[in-house]
Amino acid sequence: MTTPAIEPLGDAALLLRWGERIDPDLNRRVHVLAAALDVIRPPWLLDLVPAYATLALYLDTAAFGPAEPPLAAAERWLRARLATLADHTDDPAATPSARSIEIPVRYGGEDGPDLDAVARDSGLSPDEVVARHTAGDYHVALLGFAPGFPYLLGLDPMLALPRLATPRQRVPAGSVAIGGAQTGIYPRESPGGWRIIGRTPLVLFDPLRDPPALLAPGDRVRFVAVDDAAFATHARERR
Amino acid sequence: MSLQVLAPGLLTSVQDLGRTGLRRYGVGTAGALDGYSARVANLLVGNAPDTPLLEITLSGPRLRFDRPLRIALTGAQIDARHDDVELPGWRPLDLPAGGELRLGACRRGCRAYLAIHGGLGVPRLLGSASTDLRGGFGGMRGRMLAAGDLLPLAREAGPAVDTPRIPPWWIAAAPDIDLYRDALAHVLPGRDATEPADALFATSWKVSAASNRQGLRLDGPPLQSADRRERVSEPVAVGTIQLPPDGQPIILLGEAQTVGGYPRIGHVASADLPRLAQLRPGDTLHLRPTDADSAWRAACDQRARLARIALAVAQRLAART
Repeated sequence: MTTPAIEPLGDAALLLRWGERIDPDLNRRVHVLAAALDVIRPPWLLDLVPAYATLALYLDTAAFGPAEPPLAAAERWLRARLATLADHTDDPAATPSARSIEIPVRYGGEDGPDLDAVARDSGLSPDEVVARHTAGDYHVALLGFAPGFPYLLGLDPMLALPRLATPRQRVPAGSVAIGGAQTGIYPRESPGGWRIIGRTPLVLFDPLRDPPALLAPGDRVRFVAVDDAAFATHARERR
Repeated sequence: MSLQVLAPGLLTSVQDLGRTGLRRYGVGTAGALDGYSARVANLLVGNAPDTPLLEITLSGPRLRFDRPLRIALTGAQIDARHDDVELPGWRPLDLPAGGELRLGACRRGCRAYLAIHGGLGVPRLLGSASTDLRGGFGGMRGRMLAAGDLLPLAREAGPAVDTPRIPPWWIAAAPDIDLYRDALAHVLPGRDATEPADALFATSWKVSAASNRQGLRLDGPPLQSADRRERVSEPVAVGTIQLPPDGQPIILLGEAQTVGGYPRIGHVASADLPRLAQLRPGDTLHLRPTDADSAWRAACDQRARLARIALAVAQRLAART
């Protein structure tokens, strides 16, 4: 059984830790436990934030009595449940009830200014880069950097390339990019140092939507190459 | 009925007590960085503590309104005038219709809060009226105020008066927001150690001009992490002290990212976060180690002081009308 270590994260959050590395099996455990805790959510649990090999629990400290620090009470609650839940996360067949989401991408050209360089640096043709990127079975390890920004695991190792030496001042919203062994999508125009290979017309983050992010931690993702006409259709369909 | 922005000031934004429950989507708290002063400002005008108000940074806006207003100013000590009348902080002020409210420089402290009876009528997005400047949503169209903005107000925003009414009593800002002393913040241990271990506490820190709503950047002798391995991104909290490679610590504030990959060498206790939000470039900050019990006691004491203030203000406001 792999029981995560419990660490305080200040005086209002706890961090469960399975390790310190990017590892799909550790990340699977994080999401399975996050889903299980979400079901039995106590009223003092404000937020449950999965990352690569850690899971943070943010507490409403005002919801606890004055007798003992909230972190101690929360840790006791957690330990009483962790033994049973950790058995569950140890089962390799246990996967979070993940949704599967297709992301249409127009690769190369103005939408993917780094596609040719990625092809050159990985010793492939641009078409082969696209074929390998769309063949990947990805899942959302965590969201961060910006609201709705997904860090996706499952990139073909041939496509793993270091970030740009000089980050771009402006990366357009919807840009699909490669950074190290990961791939991600910029929800909003922002500076960015990942290599941009394409763009999706889907809106990754919309504060008027519930939930606001298109993707949730643990979701499975596939990229689908689309042409101009399909890109335009998707762009029209989005709210 | 609305509040007209004639000049916006340096960085004025609509905030409440922030967003919760969306960090898993990468959405941070935002909200008033000095939540203590923001709560007191709202209590002073008879609002619920979470009512949308203005957070003013270093230099304030000029505002016009055409109905009587009950307002309160808390947080930083700010030059404030209604036409020619000087307005003091930390008490309810009744202003007649038709004047101009001029908020000038913050003399001490960094962030002043302007609460108005009935609150600012901006829509709540994702459970909060707070402006998320980094994400570009919430508050006034996801941005700081600009000249020409009109902020909707409640129909009854204050009692009718002919001249400003300024009560002879006020709420003491200290001990929570004591701007006459160097700031002292209590630090809970982080996962990562510095080398030497007490380096964070062995010096006094200067607040860097590069600080913003995301983080307080500290200038001092560069610190070294005891373990220089690359780290993967992990969740962080408001108050987390990160150590980037240049050795100058960053204390995360309300608008910080939700995950980070730098070593975390400590976490500021929640009760000290309001005072941190009042630090301006060049100010001195002392850090002291603390433990979970003391941090919890400090948080409980602060909550108890707020509860007493709520009671005292409610009695005074009731006696006045």
